[in-house]
Amino acid sequence: MDDDRPIFLQIAELIENSIIDGSLVEEAQVPSTSELAAFHRINPATAAKGVNQLVSEGTLYKRRGIGMFVAGGARARLRERRRERFTEQYVEPLLAEARKLGIGHDELMKMIDSFGAVVGRDLG
Amino acid sequence: MTAVATAHGVTKRFGDVTALDDVSFALAEHTIYGLLGRNGAGKTTLMQILTGQAFASSGKVSVFDAPPVENPAVLSKVCFVRESQRYPHVYTVRHVFRTARRLFANWDDTFAHGLAADFQLPAGRLVSRLSRGMLSALGVTVGLAARAPLTFFDEPYLGLDPVARQLFYDRLLADYAGHPRTVVLSTHLIDEVSDLVERVLLIDRGRLLLDEDADDLRGRAVVATGRAEAVDGFAAGRTELHRERLSGLVRSTILGGLGPHAKALAQELNVELEPLSLQQLVVRLTVPPTTTAPTDREAAR
Repeated sequence: MDDDRPIFLQIAELIENSIIDGSLVEEAQVPSTSELAAFHRINPATAAKGVNQLVSEGTLYKRRGIGMFVAGGARARLRERRRERFTEQYVEPLLAEARKLGIGHDELMKMIDSFGAVVGRDLG
Repeated sequence: MTAVATAHGVTKRFGDVTALDDVSFALAEHTIYGLLGRNGAGKTTLMQILTGQAFASSGKVSVFDAPPVENPAVLSKVCFVRESQRYPHVYTVRHVFRTARRLFANWDDTFAHGLAADFQLPAGRLVSRLSRGMLSALGVTVGLAARAPLTFFDEPYLGLDPVARQLFYDRLLADYAGHPRTVVLSTHLIDEVSDLVERVLLIDRGRLLLDEDADDLRGRAVVATGRAEAVDGFAAGRTELHRERLSGLVRSTILGGLGPHAKALAQELNVELEPLSLQQLVVRLTVPPTTTAPTDREAAR
């Protein structure tokens, strides 16, 4: 855990990432807070706080005595939320840096197109 | 919060030295605390008072709702692992375990021997023949296997190598998950424990400076680097803890969170922001003011 945000938020985001990339499918059981604490070497109360946030947001749900599971529709909802934040998180800093360096609109578009082609992941 | 121990206005004087100055706080059950502060700040004195090994000059401590001094009912629930432990010179590691079994109600002998094996502690070895690192390993083994509802570790790892320290942290977390209790970990290796502790107590020159959730302290302060005018613009109206200069470049440690507003301002002014680690925050908060004055560094140039 190495950025400035609270660890519980980072834990919540790691679980969200696993749901978004499909490594945790809907109705799958997520690791227990003890497992999360041991794996990330963090305090169990902090891990529990991250998990509880996902429960209160409806991403996970609790089955009493069994554990935490990924809620139905969680992946679609998370993707939608991440898309809403995409502009602020990625596009704005990109444009700010481009402006600083005097990179114009056309040049920037060309860069995005050619980079997409180079890595073979054309955004289509 | 259910408190397992409380201190109210605790002051401790040794002659004209005030080791603790009006310290008040409560330790919650099932919480891992980091007790931080410089050497001589009063950490050990505080733990001695909470474990009934010293008296406060004034103020009141209560442990499991009773005064701890010569109170066996309280002390059977408390384990204090000192930086230097002393045992009778005829004691082997096994003797220490046997004594601990009588002292601590929750003692787990199997766990103790498992830890001894992990730390490569020979059970039959005389304690007086243990190396410095092995003596520390014995201390943390006793502290963990005692499973005391209130456990103090006072700089428990003198001479322990990084592998053994990691083993200690991992075993502590794993055992704590199954057997929650209150742990107070006094340490200078703050970076190593900053993700482990739930709450931070910071003592400086006998006074309690911080009593806060560790997660809330992350990003409590930032390091802003940029051209002097830009950093001045960013720092305006904020509390500056420290400032360094290199020609036109300024690096400033600034108290206060990093809201979206601060991030936008930094971007606009072309100021780079980095989070300050808990260890660096503690350094900045406890370094004597004379050495933080920017003029000192500049005068030395």
